[in-house]
Amino acid sequence: MGFLTKMACVLLLALPAYAQQRYITVASTTSTEQSGFFRHLLPIFEKKTGIQVRVVALGTGQALDMGKRGDADVALVHDEVAEKRLLAEGFFVERREVMYNDFIIVGPKSDPARAGGRDAVAALITIAEKRAPFASRGDRSGTHAAELRLWKEAGIDPSQARGSWYRETGSGMGPTLNTASGMDAYALTDRGTWLSFKNRGELGIVVQGDKRLFNPYGAMLVNPAKHRHVKKAEGMAFIHWLTSAEGQRAIAAFKIDGEQVFFPKE
Amino acid sequence: MILPLALRAVSFRDIIKPLSLEIEAGPSTIILGANGAGKSVLMRLMHGLLAPSSGTISWLRPGRHAMVFQRPVMLRRSALANVAYALRLAGADEALAMDALEEVGLAHLADRPARVLSGGEQQRLALARAWALHPEVLFLDEPTANLDPSATREIETIIRAFDAAGTKIVMATHNLGQARRLGDEVIYLHQGRVVERAPVDQFFARPASAEAAAFIKGELPWVS
Amino acid sequence: MQEFPEVLLDARLWQIVVLSLQVSLSAVALAACAGLPLGAALAVGRFPGRDALIVVLNALMGLPPVVVGLFVYLALSRAGPMGALGLLFTPGAMVIAQTILILPIIAALSRQAVEDAWREYDEQLRSLGARGLRAALTVLWDIRFSLLTSVLAGLGRASAEVGAVMIVGGNIEGVTRVMTTAIALETSKGDLPLALGLGLVLMTIVLVLNAAAYLVKEAAQRRYG
Repeated sequence: MGFLTKMACVLLLALPAYAQQRYITVASTTSTEQSGFFRHLLPIFEKKTGIQVRVVALGTGQALDMGKRGDADVALVHDEVAEKRLLAEGFFVERREVMYNDFIIVGPKSDPARAGGRDAVAALITIAEKRAPFASRGDRSGTHAAELRLWKEAGIDPSQARGSWYRETGSGMGPTLNTASGMDAYALTDRGTWLSFKNRGELGIVVQGDKRLFNPYGAMLVNPAKHRHVKKAEGMAFIHWLTSAEGQRAIAAFKIDGEQVFFPKE
Repeated sequence: MILPLALRAVSFRDIIKPLSLEIEAGPSTIILGANGAGKSVLMRLMHGLLAPSSGTISWLRPGRHAMVFQRPVMLRRSALANVAYALRLAGADEALAMDALEEVGLAHLADRPARVLSGGEQQRLALARAWALHPEVLFLDEPTANLDPSATREIETIIRAFDAAGTKIVMATHNLGQARRLGDEVIYLHQGRVVERAPVDQFFARPASAEAAAFIKGELPWVS
Repeated sequence: MQEFPEVLLDARLWQIVVLSLQVSLSAVALAACAGLPLGAALAVGRFPGRDALIVVLNALMGLPPVVVGLFVYLALSRAGPMGALGLLFTPGAMVIAQTILILPIIAALSRQAVEDAWREYDEQLRSLGARGLRAALTVLWDIRFSLLTSVLAGLGRASAEVGAVMIVGGNIEGVTRVMTTAIALETSKGDLPLALGLGLVLMTIVLVLNAAAYLVKEAAQRRYG
């Protein structure tokens, strides 16, 4: 019976810790979570307001779905087209542009496809011509959406090559980079994830600085008219703070190995 | 009073052929027979652990009867707790458990885990547990078959005490000496049939059936 | 997180360890409360469809954790039937999912154990007047130390799975991040040495729990016979 009593104590200990504090649920992307950005940013907000921010990090597509279902209070993602569409459809309200960073194309340092330079679309064209291995996320994330836009601009339909040189991992940025590293493949990634990614193998930055690689992040409140339980006051407090001078300073202060990862929206 | 117990045309598969008999109050009844004769099955039919394939088994009134098996099955608790368990099942006062242990001389082992007791002690405990509720009939299925002579003597002493206190004893045994010591009447079973029934002295001195005579001879080769 | 082994000194790691234990041990406790009597009743009961039920229960031991996670997510989502409880992305949801996952394991294994023991106890218990569920529970309590094995099997499954807790918990740092989801995260970040190190910590803890259970079992068998 002593064992059962101990079990009861364990159960009881679990409950109070999570019941008391004010909190909001933010659906965001793996690129922001895995870079360590939230670990840097959220304690500042929590200290100031006493509101705990619980981040569920999925792909952009899944994060927006979470908002539509009402399982989150705020969405912070990077797919402007999808965000604006769902805003128009009434699933979200109060969209604010928060910050931006950029995408880069990484690949084997030896660059067998001769893709290196400042032109992302030209790089994709030569990668497709040379049939060099390319790892795609294939998961409806913001990064995946950006990747597909670049292929479209290059006039190439990579799904034709699915299974040969175009490899869809259906997973987050980290696992996709793991796969690219293991296959010596090219991949499109956001700079933040790349800076904190530790399993690079033979990969290095191949293309950067193209204006088309611009990657803006937006925050939106889940529409309280559709989901009455949404924590409107606390959610808006978070969104306002992100766009406030203090929040923007905190965003700019996040560095990996001395390099700034996200840039405040001007 | 729940006796007599009447078996009418009772059979069980092909082990017990249709038989009829009555168990009356009073004399201790010994069920005798070779291995495979059906003693254990008959005991279980009478105690209600098996349902007959045909025929009826009826007591005069519903009441309490208990059984002690060849191998006692004890719970992983103390000796006292095992008896208390039986009392609790019957809705009786658990305080009677200690009395039952004293009756069989196990009071000093009340808190010992039942399963670490010796074979003889466990069988005494089984008797205490069966008797704690003061059943009118006590069935015993070869209770001393696995015990040494001194443990056997202790068990027989307890059975005699229960008999003297008024409990009807129905016991299956192999042990002819035990049958003579404890029994008043013998029911001899041969291949699922009751072949003979007689007072104990008469059964051993002048067995009426050939099968019984052969059995006694086989077990006691010096009887001619 | 830092490198391994420096991370062993990080309070965040031990918070994750404590949460993992709370979630899995709670799930085991709940699954045992329901599963042990269920297994005992199934072992002793006789009713039409019993054999089919046993086969289904055995098959449910192989429930994929990610499928359980998906079902619980759909149930607890605000868009789902039990959304009003607000349990999604809390440790409570993780306990619910893991309980569902390991309940069949504990029930199926205890059914087997009780059925094997039943042969020894059946006649004696019926003779004493214990029938049906009462007798099954008596046997269940009597074989409690060998049931520890089925409980440990459930604990092993719960502490090893990542699919269910990831989906219903969301791997929220400081709130629903447990050992397995932390390992998955570090792996996807490419930090393989750290992930391996966390894996070693997890396996050590499970090993210690198993050793403790083994010693309890041995001591009890010596004492009670």
